[in-house]
Amino acid sequence: MSDVVWRSPSTGMWRARRLVLLLIGVPTTAVVAIVVGVAGAAPAGAAAAAVGAVATAVVGWLLWRRYRAWGYAERADDLLIRRGIMVRRLSVVPYGRMQFIDVTAGPIDRMYGLATVQLHTAAAATDARIPGLDRADAELLRDHLAALGEARATGL
Amino acid sequence: MTGPEPIGQVTDSWSRVHPLSPVVRAGRAVVGLLTIAGVNSASQHQPPWDALGLAVVAIVAGVVYWRVTRWRIQGGELQIDTGLLRRQQIRVPLTQIQGVDLVRPLVARMFGVAEVRVVLASHGAAPARLAYIAEERAVSVRARLLAIAHGLDADVPAPPERPIIAVPPSRIIAAGLASARFGFGIVFLVSGIVVGIAAPQVIAPAFTTFFLLLALTLVATGRQVSAEWDFRVAEAPDGLRLESGLLQHRAETVPYGRIQAVRWVEPLLWRPFGWVRLEFDVARQRSAERGDRQSAATTKALFPVGSREEARWLLARVLPGATGELPVSCGVPAPALLRIPLARRYARMQHDATYLSCSTGRVRPSVVIMPLAKIQSVRWVQGPWSRKLNLASVYVDTAGHRYTGSAAFRGVDEAQQLVATLPGLARDARRAARA
Repeated sequence: MSDVVWRSPSTGMWRARRLVLLLIGVPTTAVVAIVVGVAGAAPAGAAAAAVGAVATAVVGWLLWRRYRAWGYAERADDLLIRRGIMVRRLSVVPYGRMQFIDVTAGPIDRMYGLATVQLHTAAAATDARIPGLDRADAELLRDHLAALGEARATGL
Repeated sequence: MTGPEPIGQVTDSWSRVHPLSPVVRAGRAVVGLLTIAGVNSASQHQPPWDALGLAVVAIVAGVVYWRVTRWRIQGGELQIDTGLLRRQQIRVPLTQIQGVDLVRPLVARMFGVAEVRVVLASHGAAPARLAYIAEERAVSVRARLLAIAHGLDADVPAPPERPIIAVPPSRIIAAGLASARFGFGIVFLVSGIVVGIAAPQVIAPAFTTFFLLLALTLVATGRQVSAEWDFRVAEAPDGLRLESGLLQHRAETVPYGRIQAVRWVEPLLWRPFGWVRLEFDVARQRSAERGDRQSAATTKALFPVGSREEARWLLARVLPGATGELPVSCGVPAPALLRIPLARRYARMQHDATYLSCSTGRVRPSVVIMPLAKIQSVRWVQGPWSRKLNLASVYVDTAGHRYTGSAAFRGVDEAQQLVATLPGLARDARRAARA
């Protein structure tokens, strides 16, 4: 697999994940720190704030690594998708096996102009999803994959 | 009873399902209700209005369904319109069908009607079925559907079948009695008796529990025996016919080349008899598999029980060139002992240019044979623990959902090799299959 050119999701995906993390991590840390600080002592509150900040940073680091782990590569006959840091997965999906392609975008994805491309084959276990692509890239990829799929389509 | 209609009428004009189908659809419920009603009225000396009411409601619903449902075969499609409030128009392109089943539950057999069910690959599609039509007509409809599916003229008569294998009911019964499930039943029975003798003060609860468990295993065994009763395999030019059933009779037709995988099983308790079992997998939607309440379920056996030679012969018929042999080498390196201590012995996989066969199992192996041409995707999975041990798993998916080809916990080099070569081999196999 060394000759394969891997492509990554857009950096917007990392920004979107980071935003979600901050939206959850900062208020939670603040609330916990204030409650601990008011109910107990001020130093305890400061410690809670520090723990919260470190936890947020650690989760952020994991998210960053997870974002970096995503990749896809278009080969001559199949699409490769890799993901995961703890459990590493790699899927190989031949173009001719694609039944249909979904492009979806949730609210936060839309804020950053992102979309997820999901490939469906006749096998339910096939897990082929590329998140965090720029909208335009996602649409290009979708059309490209659809054309390749059509050209190579095979019956079940 | 309408009897067989001229073929010309079947094609282009809309037809209804058989007028008796409301009765058959409601059949089991109504029989049950009337039995309860009979018992109740005998004991209480008053007419059982509630049960009768429910039976009437069931029949009225059936009559409404009958009134609003119509079907025809036209333009290479099976068209079914149904639904009272929410109209539903089902169009089945016949080139896409994975198989055609003819199912006759007991009540349907009494009235001489059958359900025609078209097996489709798509997930979540409405099940395409005609429930119920007259038996002779169902057979001719099946022939037409399959003829169109194979690109022939719709009026080509049903090709002759050639029986190739029949499994005698006695062997089905013996296999059921030697099944692990029935074995558990016996264990429950014995433990019930032992507990009863050793500790008579707990006799009542112990007996209730163990006999309940025994009854459950008996029912499950009985179901399987009844479903696989009188199992016959026949070859027809339009596909393989699988027929069986004691109470509910079903005849599946699986067109050649639609089989996604075959599993070869040798249960421990069958070992003295040298029996094996073959199961198969086609691309069929889950709803057809489960069989919703109005639709009858089918079995998954290709060959329920029989000798190794017969199984090998049949396997070579459906997947030419496949042997069903246990892959020879133990492909799992020593560190995998930590991950799969009991299953390591039979975790094997090998492939040639046409088939992939993988075995799994702890006590006895079961082998899954997949044509490489049917591969939908190849997946590599490596968890943290496996990474430490320098292992990785490779999974191979087909459009059937029962079996996944797995080469679990291989050495990283071998797994990489598999992921690198299998897609290419599958592509070549697909090309060869098309040519």
